[in-house]
Amino acid sequence: MRNIIRNGAALIAAIGLLTACGERPPIKTEQLGYRGTGMEQNVNPRIMAELVAANQAGPVQPAADGSGPLASEVYQNVQVLKDLSVGEFTRVMLSMVDWVAPADEKNCTYCHNNENYADESKYQYQVARRMLQMTRDINSNWKSHVAATGVTCHTCHRGQPVPPYVWYVDPGSGRENAFVGTRAGQNSAVTGLGITTIGHSSLPYDPYSPFLLGDMPIRVNGPTALPTGNRSSIQQAEWTYSLMVHMSDSLGVNCTYCHNSRAWASWEESRPQRSTAWYGIRMARALNNEYMVPLTDTFPQHRLGPTGDVAKVNCQTCHQGANKPYYGASMAKDYPELQGAKALPVAVPTDAAAGAVTDAAAATASAPTATPDAAAPAAAAGAPMARAASVRPGAAG
Amino acid sequence: MAMLNFERKYRVRGGTLIGGDLFDYWIGPFYVGFFGLLSAFFAVAGTLLLVYGAAIGPTWNLWQINIAPPDLSYGLGPAPLHEGGLWQLVTICALGAFTSWALREVEICRKLGMGIHVPVAFGSAILAYATLQVVRPVLLGAWGHAFPYGIYSHLDWVSNIAYQYLHFHYNPAHMVAVTFFFTTVLALALHGSLVLSALNPPKGEVVKGAEHENTFFRDNIGYSIGTLGIHRFGLLLAVNAGVWSAICIVVSGPFWTRSWTDWWAWWLNLPIWS
Repeated sequence: MRNIIRNGAALIAAIGLLTACGERPPIKTEQLGYRGTGMEQNVNPRIMAELVAANQAGPVQPAADGSGPLASEVYQNVQVLKDLSVGEFTRVMLSMVDWVAPADEKNCTYCHNNENYADESKYQYQVARRMLQMTRDINSNWKSHVAATGVTCHTCHRGQPVPPYVWYVDPGSGRENAFVGTRAGQNSAVTGLGITTIGHSSLPYDPYSPFLLGDMPIRVNGPTALPTGNRSSIQQAEWTYSLMVHMSDSLGVNCTYCHNSRAWASWEESRPQRSTAWYGIRMARALNNEYMVPLTDTFPQHRLGPTGDVAKVNCQTCHQGANKPYYGASMAKDYPELQGAKALPVAVPTDAAAGAVTDAAAATASAPTATPDAAAPAAAAGAPMARAASVRPGAAG
Repeated sequence: MAMLNFERKYRVRGGTLIGGDLFDYWIGPFYVGFFGLLSAFFAVAGTLLLVYGAAIGPTWNLWQINIAPPDLSYGLGPAPLHEGGLWQLVTICALGAFTSWALREVEICRKLGMGIHVPVAFGSAILAYATLQVVRPVLLGAWGHAFPYGIYSHLDWVSNIAYQYLHFHYNPAHMVAVTFFFTTVLALALHGSLVLSALNPPKGEVVKGAEHENTFFRDNIGYSIGTLGIHRFGLLLAVNAGVWSAICIVVSGPFWTRSWTDWWAWWLNLPIWS
C-alpha cells in the first residue's frame, strides 16, 4: 500500500513536471555542426507552425512601368524617390498604405494633407520620408546583413504605423537600488515599461541602450584559456549574455545557431551566420543613431517612450521570431524602387535644397560605419571601437 | 589465493539469476557468475572498440580522442562503422557492462541474504546514462543526440547542449539535481568526519560510540538522525542526484525546446496576478 502511494506520488510529480513544460515529442532537430558536438536547432513543429503563420510576407502591389516622366518632374516636393517614374512612385505610395497606415485609416491621408500632397506638416509625412531613405540605405549599404533579400517597410511595420517590436529606454521599476547596491537592471520579472525581462531571465533587461545605441564592447571572453590580462567583469558578461538572449529570442534560435560554445570568440569554430549577426548589431546601432534618434523631435509626445526617447530598433524589430524575416522570403526583390536610387537619365536640379542635404548627410554618415571589410569581421570586431558617445550600462536602468 | 579463515563461511552456493551452478565460482577474491563474465566481456569489447576508434581517428592525444555518435540523418537506424557505428557498438557494450555489473551485485546480495540496496543505488547511475544515451535520443528520433565518447568532446557536447536552451541553470530539474549532488557531498563530509571524530581518536584516548555522535548533533542542530537514518538519508540524497540528472536532461528537448529562462513564465502567468 505504501509503495502504491509512493509510486503514485512520483508518477503525479513526473506528469506534473512534463505538463508544466508544455511541449512534447515529436521535436524536429537540425544538425548544425560535426556529429556529436551538440550544435543543433530544436524546433517544436507545433510552435513553428504558429510562427510561420505570423511571419507571412505582406501584400505586394503589381509591378509598375519604369518609363515615362519622373515623379519629381510631375509632383512637387519629391525629395527621396526622385529617380522613380510616376508609376513606380505611385506603387510605392500605395504599398506604404498597405504596409504602414493603421487599419482604420488605410488611405493616403494618414501621412498626406488631402488639400496639398506636397505639404510637410504631418509628422507622419516627415518620418515616412526619412524611413524611405533608411530603407534604401539598408538595401544598398547593408548587404552585409540583409544580403539580396533586402527589406521593405513591411519587414518591420507589418501593416501597423508603429512596428510591433520597437524599444524605448527602460526607466526601471523604481526598485533598482533597493537595500543592497545596484541591481544593474537585474532580478525583476517586470521592467519599468511593464514588460517582462529578456527571456524571463534575471539578466539586465535593457541591453539595447549600451549595445544597440551606444557601442559598449560586447566581447568579454579572454583570448586564452587561463587569465592573461582580460579585465572584463562578470557584470559585463551578464550584459553581453542579455544581448545574446535577445538575439536568440528575436531569431527563434539557440546559441549554437552562430556559436560553438566551446570557443565563443573563435570565428573559425563559429558558423557563418555569426558574421551576418555581427553586421546586424552594427546595422541596428547605425539605424538607431542615424535615423531614429534624429527623429525624436519630429514625433509627437504620445509616440515617445516614458523618458521622452524615440522608438528604436533591435533584432526583433525585423526578425519577429524568425531566423530570417518571413523565413527568408523576399518582398524587397519585388520592389526595385526600394533598392536604392536608380542612375538618373538626366542630371537632377539641386534646388530641393533641404532634401538634398539630408540625402547627402545620410549617405556619408552611414557609408563608413556601414561596411567594414567583408572579409575581416574578426579583425574589425577585435579593434577598439572609435565611436565617442557611448551609453554606459549603469546609466541605462 | 589464500583465503581469510572466516571468508569461506560466506562463499555459499546458489543465489544466481542465470546459469545455475555453471558460473557459480570465484576467481581469487572475485565472484564470477554469468553476469561477471558478461560484464567482463562487454567492458573489454567496449574498451577495444574505443581503442580502435582512436586508431582510425586523427589523434592519440588522450584528451582529444573522440568517438562521436552518428549524424542526425541516420535517425534511430544503424550507422556505418566509421560514421557513428562504432559509437553505437560502444554504447551497447557500456549498457551491457553496467547492467551486468548491477545484476552481478544482485547475485551476491542473494547469496548473502542481503537487500539489493547497492545494485538499486547503482541503478540510478545507469538510469542517468541510459537516459542520456538511449531514452532522450529515442524521444528526439536520432542517436546523434547522445554525447560522444571523449574527454574534451563530451564536455564540449555538454556545453553546447546547455546553450541550446540558452541558460541551463534555469532548468528546474537541473536545479534540483545540482542541489542533491551538493547536499550528498555535504552529508558525506559531515557523516565521515563525525564517525572519524568518534571512532578514530588520538593515541591514548578512548573510542566513542553512537551516543557521542548523536549528542554532538543534538547539541549542534537540536536533532540527530541516528546511525541507521544517516545511511537512509545518504542513499536518498545520492539516488535522487542521479534520478534528477536523468529528468533534467530528458525534459530538455523532448519536452522543452526553448530557452529554459522562458519556462519560468508560468510563474508570471499564475492566475493570482496575471
